[in-house]
This record gives sequence, structure tokens and C-alpha cells, in this order.
Amino acid sequence: MFNEFFSRQDLLLIKPAVLLALFGCGILLTDLLHERRHKYLNAVTALLGLGFTGVQLALIQRAMSAAGYSEVSGFSGGLVVDGFALYFTWIFLIATAIAILFSVRYLEVENEHHGEYYALMLFSLVGMYFLATAMDLITLFIGLETMALSVYVLAGFLRGDRRSNEAAMKYFLLGAFSSGILAYGFSLLYGLTGSTNLRAVADALVARPSGDPVVYLALITTATGLLFKVAAVPFHQWAPDAYEGAPTSITGFMSTAPKAAAFAFLLRVFLVPLAPLRPAWEGLLVVVCVLTMVVGNLAAISQNNTKRLFAYSSISHVGYMLLGLVAGNETGLKGIAVYLLVYVFMNLGIFTVLVALRRKDIIGDEIEDLSGLFFKNPVSAVFMLIFLLSLAGIPPTAGFLGKYFIFLSLIETRHYVLAVIAVVFVVVALYYYFRLVVMMFMREATDPERLNISPGVAVALAITLAMTLVIGIYPEPFIRLAAGSVLVPFR
Amino acid sequence: MEFVRNHILTITLFTPLAGAVVVMLLNKERIDAIRWVANIFAFAGFLVSLPLVFWFQSAQPGFQFTEEAMWIPSIGARYSLGIDGISLLLVMLTTVLGSISILSSWTAIQDRVKEYYVFFLVLQTGMLGVFMSLDFFLFYVFWEVMLVPMYFLIGIWGGPNKLYAAIKFFLFTLFGSVLMLLGILVLYFSYHTQFGAYTFDIRQLISLNLPLNTQIWVFLAFFVGFAIKVPMFPFHTWLPDAHVEAPTAGSVILAGVLLKMGTYGFVRFSLPLLPGASADSRIVKFMVALSLIAIIYGALVSLMQKDWKKLVAYSSVSHLGFCTLGLFALTPNGIAGSVIQQINHGISTGALFLIVGIVYERRHTREISEYGGLSNVMPVFATIFMIITMSSIGVPALNGFIGEFTILQGTFEVNKVWAGLATIGIVLGAAYMLWLYQRTMFGPITNPKNEKLADLNWRELATLVPLVIWAFWIGLYPKPYFRVLEQPVAQIVQRVRPGYYAKRAVPVPAQPVVVPAQAQVTTEK
Repeated sequence: MFNEFFSRQDLLLIKPAVLLALFGCGILLTDLLHERRHKYLNAVTALLGLGFTGVQLALIQRAMSAAGYSEVSGFSGGLVVDGFALYFTWIFLIATAIAILFSVRYLEVENEHHGEYYALMLFSLVGMYFLATAMDLITLFIGLETMALSVYVLAGFLRGDRRSNEAAMKYFLLGAFSSGILAYGFSLLYGLTGSTNLRAVADALVARPSGDPVVYLALITTATGLLFKVAAVPFHQWAPDAYEGAPTSITGFMSTAPKAAAFAFLLRVFLVPLAPLRPAWEGLLVVVCVLTMVVGNLAAISQNNTKRLFAYSSISHVGYMLLGLVAGNETGLKGIAVYLLVYVFMNLGIFTVLVALRRKDIIGDEIEDLSGLFFKNPVSAVFMLIFLLSLAGIPPTAGFLGKYFIFLSLIETRHYVLAVIAVVFVVVALYYYFRLVVMMFMREATDPERLNISPGVAVALAITLAMTLVIGIYPEPFIRLAAGSVLVPFR
Repeated sequence: MEFVRNHILTITLFTPLAGAVVVMLLNKERIDAIRWVANIFAFAGFLVSLPLVFWFQSAQPGFQFTEEAMWIPSIGARYSLGIDGISLLLVMLTTVLGSISILSSWTAIQDRVKEYYVFFLVLQTGMLGVFMSLDFFLFYVFWEVMLVPMYFLIGIWGGPNKLYAAIKFFLFTLFGSVLMLLGILVLYFSYHTQFGAYTFDIRQLISLNLPLNTQIWVFLAFFVGFAIKVPMFPFHTWLPDAHVEAPTAGSVILAGVLLKMGTYGFVRFSLPLLPGASADSRIVKFMVALSLIAIIYGALVSLMQKDWKKLVAYSSVSHLGFCTLGLFALTPNGIAGSVIQQINHGISTGALFLIVGIVYERRHTREISEYGGLSNVMPVFATIFMIITMSSIGVPALNGFIGEFTILQGTFEVNKVWAGLATIGIVLGAAYMLWLYQRTMFGPITNPKNEKLADLNWRELATLVPLVIWAFWIGLYPKPYFRVLEQPVAQIVQRVRPGYYAKRAVPVPAQPVVVPAQAQVTTEK
């Protein structure tokens, strides 16, 4: 009877998510066995789980290329594993792995080293996996909520810290609100088309006569929900507060993996079911992009808290990535893929250094805490400089490559004014990134205590820096990878 | 030897970077070792570039010592190096001024010495890469790479207002660079539309046939980038701050080399790749107007300066106005004169900043009023300063005359009024330089603090004498310089004024072989 509903292929496709869930539950159980000082074993278990999942993913990938399929669908078209899904899932896995590496010591210092942390990260990964692979509105929504709920709890993980509780509360309330709007949009899409499968929705919308106000209502609500999730202006207000209050290691995680997942979700919805409505949403996106770049960059200039500064910086990066969607051609979509890959590494690198700043009495998230970093720990200061240059988009770092493709896609699709606006804000961004550089290199250290770099932090730093430089200097293999992930927009 | 000959540009390019790596590995306490290693690598950088002068074939059109390697096939970016007469002169200027500046920092920099030399050597590689690149992507990478070490050189070892000057320099120049990037992307995409291949190679992009309107927009995008770098009026406001606040060697390299990248950009990219726009009468009038304003305004402002370094900084604006004027006269004399004047400016203004640095190290003030009658106590210094002053003014027998005269000749050919206005700049140049010299050097010693100043020591002499010799060489025997410039300048003139040589019944110069779109750089599906 089982075989009537699920084929072996279906189960194989969700095996990565199943593995992650199993390991997450396993961590919850084994956590009870560990003594205080052995809590890092939870992290090891989590990394092991990520390793197994990665292997499974590679096996799926190999089976697909051996059989010559570019995509495999399961659950009657409800799930699809294609180049897009694989690429993004790999990004999620690597980002989570690096986040786990630098979380260990941070949690020890904070005295909140519980296994639930790692379990929640793995559960959010389950949600992310479904966001990348789902081809059904309901599955997408479930994946979104699975991811989001885990991250809400993680944001409030420092139970004794009021800011952390406040951040989690704000994130949860606004997240729930935006999910509600999104669900409303999805329900309208279902009502209009009679199906929740993304491709069927696209087919039906093509057949519809244009100018139907309900279609526009569906578009507006869906787009609003999606833009809330990626924190685009004017739906970005939750991000600075959530980023500032959350534990620094979670801010690092939040700004990369869930953001990439939300972006994958956004791309999937805009490029498949909403593709027939492109003339309607392109103009809307242009406005959002410009607002996002303007507000994100200008607001960051006056920040004194590094986590808030990087929240606004993330917001502005989302603006750049959305430009690739506005352009919509292959270069644009390839650009988004490259940009996200690069963004994950450079942002995680920044947060690795910020996490290392957390010491006994010093939270380490004010800009002043960076002062004189070059004299205390020259290696991390130089690494931080390279990450900041990469965020600004200065060659030969990886960040330049992402921006390169986005600008090229704008030129190719004749969005010249947008291109000029985008490049001008590169200059603005560099100003606030270099405020940090001035602090690190040209100010005396306010406290002489040396930085404590744990093994996990060291490995995380090494990986992120290596990737930031390698992708910048020898990007060829990564460009090819990104090209393989381009989602062919529904025609 | 074959290997060296085939890779001489890469060797020249990466010698300073290798030096930077070695210095990085040294312990920061061993200051003397750091100084020696840095200077040895800088001088080695000059020595490895010397063969370029001897092996260069003036009669051969096109680029020489070319090196090609695949870099990013997916987008068509390659590691392409090569030089012609124009870049040969600029590369030599860079290696000479680079080693001189590093030598001049010996006693001037006392703290954070290791980082200083690392940044300086990295900057050296960046500058050489800009002049050697034949691939637009590679060019852009080196152009941006240069900004970071220069920012640190100003921001850490600079004067009282260093942070403001450093970030102003960075943001201003970056603004120009990103707009230039858009221009590059337009050319890149247009080439793909026309020929179906993706390439950044300027030898291929030269076969692009763009409508005039597109050319003008791309020209304007490039213009912002290059004009900020030169700097042309009204984008020059970063220059006085950056020059004044930078340490001596930083100012020397900033004025001597970095500013030339703007004019190099015009002559290497804007003129050959966008001939229609460059020759368009509106553009020419616009560029000439800005150049003339720079010449006269720059000179007038220099006249008013009370700060020695700021005076020299504004004089750069004036001198480079001559260079851009020569370029946009679009005649062989104009362009050749402009390139030679760029070298001259590097020599004379570089020397002027060294001179300011020498007195600054002794008295720690740049106020002209603090000095007076220095020739009484520093005769050797006074002599060299006089020679450099004459060079800067453009007195015959020295280099400045050759450049300025040729530019005026080239401009006079096109428009006598422009040449006349430019000549006023020469008179004003004499005015501010001679007045400066008189206030600081001639007459009795007015300030008792100046009575015991030491004359030049051997190291300071070693930094200035090569520049003096070079100034005389160009001034008395400029023929080799004109000879290496003949081919590239002729090709550029042929592009922007197609009928020029035919009208004068002069043989049309040989065109370089246009490398066709290569099959291996495939179209993206």
C-alpha cells in the first residue's frame, strides 16, 4: 500500500532532509548524556550530520548526471531536485557548517551551550531544503515556516539577555505577520488557478485574461510576503533589531543561510508561478531595488553597532541581488547565484571575527571593540580588511565577481540608469566599511586583552578567507557551477 | 634567457610583490633589515625593467613583449600583458620613481615601518599592472588594487588631516572607477553583440564599430574615471588634500605615477577605442576647455599658496592640463608631446616633492614664510632645486621645454587661440615657481631656525641626482623618446583623424595586426 503513494525515488529525494531531521533529533537525545565540558560533541554530531547529508546530496547529483537527467521530480511534481536546488542546498550546508564551527566557543563564553542550538540549526536546514526543492505552494510554505520557527528560537537563545528576547519577539511577530500575508497571496493564487503546483499555476495564469484585479492582488500580497522574508525595503524594519539582539553567532547564521534560502524561495516563486506576470512585477521590483540600495546603504553610515551595521549592509546586498532578478536574463540569474555564494563566505568571515571578539565582559559588537585590532591580532585584522573589501566589491576579491555579473546583466538588458545608481552606492558602502578599517588599523586598542581564537574559529576563518580570495582570483570553476544552477524561467 | 625575454613583463610586474611578501615575513622589530630588503627589491624592480629599454623595437607597430594566459574563460578575461612606446615610458617612470621613493623614505618613516614598505611594494605592482595590461578586466583589477595601499599610506603615515584626505581620495577615485567599469561592460557587451565572442582584449575591442551616440556615452563614463585621476578641473579637489597629507614618498608616487594613469587611460582607451567620440567637436571643445581652465586656474591658485606642498600640488593640476590639452589636439605633436610631458611631470614634480620632503624632515613645517635664504646654508640643495624649477617652468635644455613646446606646436596646428591661452600658463608657471624659489632660497636667512640646516646627505643626493640627469637627457637629446612614440602615436592619430597622413602626403603608418575574435572564447548559450 505504501508503494501506491510514494515511490522509492520520492523517498530518495527527501533523504537529505530526513537525515538532517534524524541527526537533529539525535542531538536532542545525546545532549542529555554529555557533561558540561563535552557539549562541543553536539557540534561534532551536527557536523557529522551535515557531512552525511552532503554525501547523500553528492550521490543524488552523481546519479542524476549518470542518467543524464537535469532535474528529477518526486511526489507527483511536488518536489524537484534540479541544478538550482542542488546549488542552493550546498550553499546552505556549507554556511551552516561554518556557523557551527564558530558557534562552539561563543556559546561556551555565553554559558548557554545547549545541544538544542545545533538541533535547531539542523531543523532549520530541513526547512531550507524544502524551500529550495519544493514545487508546490503548500510545501514551500511549510518549508519556510520550519526554517523560520527554528531561527526565531535561535534568535532568542540567550534566555537571560533581554535584547535577545526582544530580538526574537520582534522577529517572530513580524515573521508571522509576513507569513500571513504570504499565505493570503498563495491562497489567492490557488483560488485563481485551482492548483498549488507552481508550474500549473504558471500555466493557468498565462491562460488568464490580463488586467484582472484579483491577479494583481495575488501578486502584491505574494511579493510583499517574499520581500519581507529577504528584508528588502520597505519591509526591512525587523532586520536591524533582530540582527542586533540575536547572539552574534546566530546573526552570522541568520544573515547567510536563511537569507539564501529566502532568496531561493523568492526566485522560485517569481520565476515559475509569477513568471507570466513579469510586466507587472518588474516595475515594482525596480522601485524596491532602488529603495533598498538607498536606505540600506545610507542607514548603515550612522551605525555604531557592528551587528546593526551588517544588518543594513545585508539589506543593501539583497538590493543588488534583486537587480539581477530585474534584469532577468541568464547573466542576471547567474549573477545572483555567484553573488549569494560569495556573500555567504564573506559575511560568515566577518561574523567569525566578530564572534571572536566576545570575551568575558565585553559583548564585542560595538565598533569601538574593533579599535586597534591590528595591534592585538594582526591576522584577524587583515582578514577583516579583505572581507570588508570583498563586501564593497573591490577586485581581486570574490565580492567583485558577484557585482560584476549583476552590473553586466543590467547593461545587457539596457537598464543603464539602474546600473549607474547601483555603482554609485558601491562608493557609499565603501565609506561605512572603511569606518571599521580605520578603527582596526588606525586607532589604539581600548583594551589590551588579546583575542582568543579557538580551533573552530580558526578553521572557519581559514575557510572563509580562502574562498573569498580564491573565488576572486580564480573564479572559473565557481562561475561554471553557478551557470549550472540557473533556473530557466518559465516561458 | 629565452624564458626571461618571453616573461620579462611578468618578472617586472611581480618583483615588487615578491619583495612585499619577503618583507611581510620579516620580524617587525628588525627595522634595518626591512629597509634594506625593501630597497633592494625596489631597485631590483628597476634593474629588471631596464632590458625593456634595450630590447624595445621602435620601428615595430603594435605591442611588444606580449604575454598571454587563460584566466577566466567563461567571461573571456585573460592575463594579457604587453607594452608599446607609450607604456614603455610610463613603466620606466614607475620603476625609477618607485625605487627613488622607497629610498627617500629611509629616515622619514620611523614607526610601523614594516607595513609601510609592504604597502608601498604592493602599490608598485598595482601601478605596473595598470600600464602593462592589455585585457580590460585585468586593467580594472590592477586599477582598483592600487587604491587600497595608497589609502593606507596616506591614512597611517600622513599629516594631521590624514584620515579625511585618505578617505576622500579613495571615495572620489572609486566613484570614477565604478563608472569606468560600466563603460567597460558596455564595450564588452557590444563586442559580443557584434562578433559573438566574449573578450576584454583591447586589441580585439579596437575593431568594434559603435554608433556615435554609444561612443559618446562610453566616452563620458571613461571620462569620469580618468578625469578624476588626472585630475582635471573640476574633479581636482581631492588632490591638494591627498598630496599635502601624504608622506613624502607617497606624494612623489602619487604625483609622479598615479596621476599619469588618468592621462594614460585617455590615450590608451578613450582615443583608440572611441575614435568617433574623441574626435567629435563637442567633446574636443569640452576637453580643451577643461584643460585650459586647469592650466590657468591651477597656476593662479598655485601663485596664492602659502603651503609649499600645496603649491606643488596645484602646479600638478596646471601641468597635467597641458597634457590633456595635447591629447585632445589629436595631432601627432600634441599626443607625443603630451606623453613626453607626462614623463617630464613625473620627473620634475616627483623631484619637487622630494625637495619639500627634504626640508620638511629638517624643519617639520611646510609654511613658505618659515623659510628664506636657504641657499646660504644648503648650496647643493639650492642648485638642484634651481634645476628642477627650470625643468618645471619649461626652460630650454631641460625636459619641460621639450614637452611643452611640442604640445603647443600640436595645439597651434589645430587652433591658434587655444595655443595662445595655454602659453599664458607657461608664464604663470614661471611666476609661481620663481617666486617660490625666491621666497625660500634667495636673500638673507630670515628665520634663525634655518641657520643650522644640513645640506643634502648622500642618500638624498642619490634620490635627486638620477632625476636631474634624466631631466637633462630628455631636454638635450629627446630623439629616442620621440622615436619610441612614433608608431603608437601615429596609429592613434590615424584612428581619430583618418585623413591626417594622407592629406600631408606622408606615408600612412603601418597598422598593427588586429587579432580576430578567437574561436576558443566561445559564446555563452
